[in-house]
Amino acid sequence: METGEIRETIRSFIGGFIRARNFKDSDNIFEAGFINSLFVMQLILFVEKKFSLAVEDSDLNIANFSSVDALSSFVSGKLVNGSSRLH
Amino acid sequence: MNVATDNPPAAQRRRSREFIDRVIGAHAEAFDLEQEVPRGVFDALAREGVLGALVPAEYGGTGLDPLAVGLLCEDMGRASASLLSLITVHTMVSLAIARWGSAAQRTRWLPPLARGETLAAFALTEPDVGSDVKSVATRVERKDGGFVITGTKKWISFGQVAGLFFVVGNCEGKLAAFLVERDTPGLVVEPIANMLGFRAAMLAEVRMNECVVAGDSMVGSLDFGFSQIVGSVLDHGRYCIAWGSVGLAQACLDASLDYSEQRTQFGRALKDHQLVQRMIADMIVNTRAARLLCQDAARARAEGGPDMIIGAAVAKYFSGTIVEKLASDAVQIHGANGCSSSYPVQRYLRDAKIMNIIEGSAQMQQMMIAQHAYQRW
Repeated sequence: METGEIRETIRSFIGGFIRARNFKDSDNIFEAGFINSLFVMQLILFVEKKFSLAVEDSDLNIANFSSVDALSSFVSGKLVNGSSRLH
Repeated sequence: MNVATDNPPAAQRRRSREFIDRVIGAHAEAFDLEQEVPRGVFDALAREGVLGALVPAEYGGTGLDPLAVGLLCEDMGRASASLLSLITVHTMVSLAIARWGSAAQRTRWLPPLARGETLAAFALTEPDVGSDVKSVATRVERKDGGFVITGTKKWISFGQVAGLFFVVGNCEGKLAAFLVERDTPGLVVEPIANMLGFRAAMLAEVRMNECVVAGDSMVGSLDFGFSQIVGSVLDHGRYCIAWGSVGLAQACLDASLDYSEQRTQFGRALKDHQLVQRMIADMIVNTRAARLLCQDAARARAEGGPDMIIGAAVAKYFSGTIVEKLASDAVQIHGANGCSSSYPVQRYLRDAKIMNIIEGSAQMQQMMIAQHAYQRW
């Protein structure tokens, strides 16, 4: 999957939960108060399913999930590393 | 019976249920009365692969799929809500270690958990902290490369016999989870008896006074990582109790059908009285609806993805709520007999109340479901 497609997929999912439709890819969704802990769990499950990758304990860093930009980079990095794929 | 098979066929499901009925159901009243479960029952459950239900095969477990786990919980709930809680907490800890634990933690703990050599308990609740997880008062301090834990946990299911506690504490102002062994110096287990329901769940208060644990005993990481770990574990707990409530509801229905066929009043069987039929009809419809919601939750889990969280919350809320009404109606149909220890429905009613409290009360599920809706739409 191309980087642009990854970003658009993530943006579409997050956008479905955030009422502020004009949020930017660089916006920190935690600091902006857009989301709650339930959403973060759903976000992780979405990433795992959509991109067929495993989010591991060492990945549970808030910086990886703080914005569309950050999550796109995180997913791209995981996909490059094929060992993180779900089986 | 071997619960290892995914989506068990009817014959296997029947064997599984027969095993649970023989080993647990037939003795559930005695367990409830004595407020204790003999060690041999745990061993039997381990031999059948039940205790390794959430442990991957490479660590000696049976690694059941979501539907198989659900059906197991339904059958356990039908036989004994207390033993359902054993499966719930034991698999919650197994899941936490299998999904989020380090390689060393998986190697150290998953095989004995699957074999039942070690029983696990989930130690989150405190005397002053229940649903409000962020207010956990148990204090954890770093010291000499390890951690020192001080605090009290309460209402810990099977805490009386657990060899491993999954302890949630506050470390440096952030929440974290730790694996604490029973024989850790400073750890004291005090049995809790005479609860309303779940009397055979061998509840305990666990007091930790400066318990020193190794630096690698933390599961996952502080704060953000902790939230996801505990969130996923509590989600599994909700899923187990939802299915278990369906099992208990089915037990209420079965008992009511039997009794209303045999009991005669005013010259005819209770089943021929229309107001009894009304209760039976509601019991059938609600049990079926709850089971369908649980099956929907199982499908969402099998598919993976974000919908599984709300699926479990919806199933837990509905199942936990209707089982209270079913159990109350079951006692109503049995009349004075239903209030005596000669019939199991009095136990069902006591246990049903607990179902609607543990692993997230009905009100917590309502809040989660509504908040999700407002966020999504």
